Amino acid sequence: MKLKKSTVNNIIAYGLVIVAFIVCQLSLNAGTMSRSLKGQMIPICVYIVMAVSLNLVVGISGELSLGHAGFMSVGAYSGAIISAWLLEGLHIESAIVRLILSMLSGGVFAGLAGVLIGVPVLRLRGDYLAIVTLAFGEIIRSVMNCLYFSIDSGRLHVSFNNPSLPGKLLVNGPAGAKVVEKLATFPMGFALILFTLFVVLNMINSRSGRAIMATRDNRIAAEAMGINVTKYKMMAFVTAAVLAGMAGALYGLSFSTVDPAKFKFDTSILVLVFVVLGGIGNIWGSIIAATLLTVLPELLRAFSDYRMLVYAIVLILVMLATNNPIIRSLFDRLVRPRRTASNTQRGGASE
Amino acid sequence: MVSFLRFLINGISLGSVYAIIALGYTMVYGIAKMLNFAHGDVIMVGAYIAFCAISYLALPPLVAILCAMAVCTVLGIIIEGLAYRPLRQASKLAVLITAIGVSYLLQNSALLIWSPNPKVFPTVLDFGSIRLFGGDLVITSQAIITIVANIIIMLGLTAFTGKTKMGKAMRAVSEDKGAAELMGINVNRTISVTFAIGSALAAIAGVLLCSAYPTLQPTTGSMPGIKAFTAAVFGGIGSIPGAMIGGLLLGIIEILGKAYISTELGDAIVFAVLIVVLLFKPAGLLGKPMREKV
Repeated sequence: MKLKKSTVNNIIAYGLVIVAFIVCQLSLNAGTMSRSLKGQMIPICVYIVMAVSLNLVVGISGELSLGHAGFMSVGAYSGAIISAWLLEGLHIESAIVRLILSMLSGGVFAGLAGVLIGVPVLRLRGDYLAIVTLAFGEIIRSVMNCLYFSIDSGRLHVSFNNPSLPGKLLVNGPAGAKVVEKLATFPMGFALILFTLFVVLNMINSRSGRAIMATRDNRIAAEAMGINVTKYKMMAFVTAAVLAGMAGALYGLSFSTVDPAKFKFDTSILVLVFVVLGGIGNIWGSIIAATLLTVLPELLRAFSDYRMLVYAIVLILVMLATNNPIIRSLFDRLVRPRRTASNTQRGGASE
Repeated sequence: MVSFLRFLINGISLGSVYAIIALGYTMVYGIAKMLNFAHGDVIMVGAYIAFCAISYLALPPLVAILCAMAVCTVLGIIIEGLAYRPLRQASKLAVLITAIGVSYLLQNSALLIWSPNPKVFPTVLDFGSIRLFGGDLVITSQAIITIVANIIIMLGLTAFTGKTKMGKAMRAVSEDKGAAELMGINVNRTISVTFAIGSALAAIAGVLLCSAYPTLQPTTGSMPGIKAFTAAVFGGIGSIPGAMIGGLLLGIIEILGKAYISTELGDAIVFAVLIVVLLFKPAGLLGKPMREKV
């Protein structure tokens, strides 16, 4: 039996993720993992999904997006609201069902936001597109600052700028959304990573993925080949939004409250840093960078006050080193002897 | 009507601060084609230096502003030389991430040096105020100074880029780096000078901003930085009059939006207007549309 090269690669990929999960789960069960690292397991999963989905936009589709945290916040809010409604409105007791439904609804609402934002945004190019995605991220955050939701015997009430609602307040403007029950679990985070990889890797190796990359590499040539540029750019953008929304729902449900300040511009930038440090267009790089950089501030705890300073310096030095022609050519010769073969998956918004 | 005038003047004064910051963004973008995300933090450093000079060294305000300008100028040149110059040939995104790294570095250094507790910026620019309409409309000296400073900077920069040799070199480099180098222009030095001017302006903006909103924290610069950047894009990035118009309009929209529509949604209104403008004029108000060549 002969498998396609991409299929083999994908199987290896899923295998590695599963092995990583088993190792983590075993060390969690054995109790060898430190408490601070334990608390990082769900955020790591969330940031991996965020980074991989942003890589779909920045790396594969070649558009710089600075508002990815906006979709995450839409997902987190809808996750928090829907999970409360499922419990009190529909009386679903099973935690796992509620978690899955909340994550799905987080994905749906973030996807809707993605469509809404994508239609105007994807007409713009380059830095202008970047600044508009930034603007949308900030708009979503401002709107959430004056959004109020309440639940009264299973019925949802919503208002804008008016906290006096019947029943129990679920979303309380700047104070954020209250999570009724922390549903998020590490295995679910892992399942979300697998789902994300499944979607993204299949998309890249499909007809649509090739169309998206053709559009990235040369818009005019792709258009001349009959590719509907807007359609494929939208496809990548909305898929990324849906995945970010699902990750956001999981993230939100791992806290007791979710406030809009968690999804500031800094969060979007953080995810972008994962993508760029991991290698634009390189899904594996995103996963590794997201894991290391989420753990890094924890590992730097010994430096306490200086840790963010050290983080900043590490970031600058890594960028300088990876872009230094001498170090780069050395690295290429050592690590990637067949670089030209893998060149097809690289590139991205850098051009 | 009087209250509208009051909001308008507040808006123009805030917009003038944005315009001064936006000038720094737009000049750096025009010449180095990079989004200098650390610019907002240079503002913060400038404000802290002025704060220290006034509160601890008891220097007169004007000297304090000059100190802040000097420190920021040096800081701008150092940042450019150490972090951005090695990346001249690198991808745009690599430079962007480095700029973000520099921004984190400045914020966290400030956090260590000056602690996260907000400092109250002393009133340095208070020389009384003008009262119109029987005292209903009060124009603070601070607003007047901000607006006047803005006009002087604007005229000065226009003259500088139009008439002096260095200004012409800047325009040449922003047009075509390679050709400028062939004409004997020292590209690296020109870019350094641009960063120096942008950073000195950031110091002025920092002092003006903190005299109007006197809480000073390590994160003071980030939001005005982002807004000034949107102002630069709004007016057409790379264009000096564009940055001016963009900054003023943004300030006015923000204050009027906060006053008449919703306080919490002020920022959202600003960004929504930006999006609408970009949809109809994709290169900003005064930007040159890009020609696409095959």
